[in-house]
Amino acid sequence: MAERVVENLNQALHALLADDPRLYLLGEDLADPYGGAFKVTRGLSSRWPDRVLSTPLSEGGIVGVAGGLALAGQRAIVEIMFSDFVALAFDQILNFASKSTAMYGRRVPMPLVVRCPTGGNRGYGPTHSQSPQKHFVGIPGLDLYEVSPFHDNQTVLGGMLATGRPGLLFEDKVLYTGRMYADGVVDELFRYDLLDGDVARIWVDDPEQSDCVLVVPGGLAVRAVAVARELLLRDDIVCQVLVPSRLWPLHAAALLPAVARAGRLVVAEESTTGGTWGAELAHAVHTALWGTLRAPVRLVHSADSVIPTAAHLERTVLVQNTDIHRAVKEVVRGA
Amino acid sequence: MTAAVTGARPDVPTRLAADDLDLLLLIRHFELALLDMFGRGELHGTTHTCLGQEYVPVALRPLLTDGDHVFSNHRGHGHYLARFADPHGLLAEVMGRQGAVCHGVGGSQHILRDRYLSTGVQGESVPVAAGVALHLNRAEPGHLALVHLGDGTWGEGAVYEGLNMAALWGLPLLLVVEHNGIAQSTPTDAQLAGSIEGRARAFGVDHTLVTATDTALVRAALAPVLRRVREESRPAVVELRTHRVGPHSKGDDSRTPEEIAYAKAHDWYARYAEAYPEQFAAHDERQRAYLAEVVREVAGRPASVWEEADRG
Ligand SMILES: Cc1ncc(C[n+]2csc(CCOP(=O)(O)OP(=O)(O)O)c2C)c(N)n1
Repeated sequence: MAERVVENLNQALHALLADDPRLYLLGEDLADPYGGAFKVTRGLSSRWPDRVLSTPLSEGGIVGVAGGLALAGQRAIVEIMFSDFVALAFDQILNFASKSTAMYGRRVPMPLVVRCPTGGNRGYGPTHSQSPQKHFVGIPGLDLYEVSPFHDNQTVLGGMLATGRPGLLFEDKVLYTGRMYADGVVDELFRYDLLDGDVARIWVDDPEQSDCVLVVPGGLAVRAVAVARELLLRDDIVCQVLVPSRLWPLHAAALLPAVARAGRLVVAEESTTGGTWGAELAHAVHTALWGTLRAPVRLVHSADSVIPTAAHLERTVLVQNTDIHRAVKEVVRGA
Repeated sequence: MTAAVTGARPDVPTRLAADDLDLLLLIRHFELALLDMFGRGELHGTTHTCLGQEYVPVALRPLLTDGDHVFSNHRGHGHYLARFADPHGLLAEVMGRQGAVCHGVGGSQHILRDRYLSTGVQGESVPVAAGVALHLNRAEPGHLALVHLGDGTWGEGAVYEGLNMAALWGLPLLLVVEHNGIAQSTPTDAQLAGSIEGRARAFGVDHTLVTATDTALVRAALAPVLRRVREESRPAVVELRTHRVGPHSKGDDSRTPEEIAYAKAHDWYARYAEAYPEQFAAHDERQRAYLAEVVREVAGRPASVWEEADRG
C-alpha cells in the first residue's frame, strides 16, 4: 500500500533538507519529539538541529525571518500551525516576500514556502478550520499550491523553491492520514496521469471522453473521486476529475482541452462562497470557451458562514459530497 | 543595560573632518533640493526628508562594513547616501530617470542595492533583518544587520516578534531608533506608553540612549555598541534623541510654531555654521553647487525603463 500523505510530506522535507544545506525549516512546535501539531516535521530537528527551528508564536515574525533568509541567499520553509493563522503573516507575504520579487526594479529571488494545514471536518471550530486560499489569489509574485494524493511533495516543494518566487502550500488536514495514489491507479475503475507535470487527470475508460469535468484543489481530490465513482455507478455519468497542484497562477491551459471536449465544468472547493479561486477559474474558462460550453461553469463551495465545531453543524456549512454530486448531475442533465 | 551619552557641551560641536562634513551637507542639500522640486511641482508622488537627522547615518558610516546589512525606512535618503555616496542614482530613482537604482519602480522608499534595503511598511524589516542576522551569525560571524526605525514604529508588533527571536537566538541585530518625538502628526507621548528603554529591557536587550546630535560624539557612543553586537552576537537597541527639522513628508507639518522652532534650534546645521563659519561656508557652498549640478544633470536624463525581464 502507498504511504500516507503525511509520510510523503515528511519524507519530502527530509530529502530537501538533505539535498540543500541552505534550506531552513521554521515553525511553532515542530522540533522533536513533538514533531509539529500534525507530525509532518517528525525527525527533522534531530537530524538538522541548526536548520529546523521551533520558533515563538510569531507567525508574522517567522515569515519575516524566512524572508530575511531568502534575501541572504538561503531558502526557507515555514509551517503555520493552522492556516487560519497565516492571516497574521499577511503583511510579510503580501508586502515583503511577494513584492520584493519585483519592486526593486529587477527580479529578486525569494525562495520561500509557507505551509498551511487547511480545512475543516475535524471539529476544530471556527478559528482552526478555514480554507484561506481565496485571500491569497491574485497577489503579484505569489504562487499558491495545494497538496494532493496524486502529487509527490518532494517534487512540489522542490519545484516551488526552484521558481525563486514565494509560495503558499495548502495542506488539507484530513488528507494527511489518507494514502498517496501510485502507479496511475486509483481503484479498479479509475486511472490517473499527470498533465504538464502539474494537473492530475482521473478518468474512467477513456481519458479523452467525459460528460463533465470536475476541477478541485488537492484537498478535495479524494472526495471528488468518490463523487465521480458514484456518478458512474448510480447515474451512469462519466465525470473526469482534474486536480491541479498549482492553484495560482491558474493552470488554465492544461484544463481547457478536457473542458472543451466535455462542454461542462464544475469547480468544487471547500472555501466559503465569495471571491473564490473557482470564480477565477470560471471566468478564465468562460472567456476561453464561451462558444463551446454547453452550460455555464458551476461553482460548488461551502456556505457563507463561520465553520461551526459540532460535527452535525459543521456538515451544514462545509461542502459535502452530495453537493458536488448534485451539481454535476444538474449540469449534465440540465435539471 | 542602559547607557546614556549626552552631548556635554551642545553649544560647541566637535570640529569634523572634511569627509564627514561633506557627507552631512550632501544629505542636507539633497533633501533641500527635493523639497524645492516638490514645491515647484517637478516631482511626482511623495518623499520624507531626514532634515535634522543627517548625522545619524554619517556617525554610523565608518562603523559599518560592506558585509553588514542595512535596513532603511521611509526616511532613508541619508541612510542611502551615507552608504553609497550616489546622489545621481537616488535622485534618478525619485524622479524616474535613467540610472535609477531600482529603475524607478521603488522610488524614494523602496531601494535595494547590495546589502542595503528599504521598504515602506513600518516595522516589517525587523523580523526580516533577524532572518538575515540568523544567516550572518552562522555564515559570516562578525557582520551585523542594522535596522533604522522611528519611535512611532515601536507601535508595530513586528518589532517585538523580531527582537524576541533575535534575543532568544543570539543574533547580531542592531536597532537604531531615530527618536524625533513625533510620528507623522502624532507626538510620541500620544503613541508610546512606557519607554523604548523599558521595552528593550523587557527582552533582556542592551539599550543605549544618545542625546547628542554632534556627529563625533554620536559615533563615539555607537562604536562600542556595534562592537558588542558583532563580538558577542546579540541584539542591541540604540535610541538617538533627534529632531525632525522638516515636515513629515512634503509640506505636512502639524506642529506648533514653537515646536518647530525648538526642532530648528537643535539643528546641527545652524550650530555647526556658527561654530566653524569659515570651514562650514566653503563646504556648504561646494555641496550646494554640487547638488544643483546633480539635479540639472539627472533632470535632463530620459525616463527610466522597466524591462519585462525585471518584472519579477
Ligand atoms: C505599517 C505602516 N503604517 C503606517 C504607515 C504610514 N506612515 C509612514 S511614516 C509614519 C510615521 C512613522 O513614525 P516614526 O516611526 O516615528 O518615524 P518618523 O516618520 O518620525 O521618522 C506613518 C504612520 C506606514 N508606512 N506603514
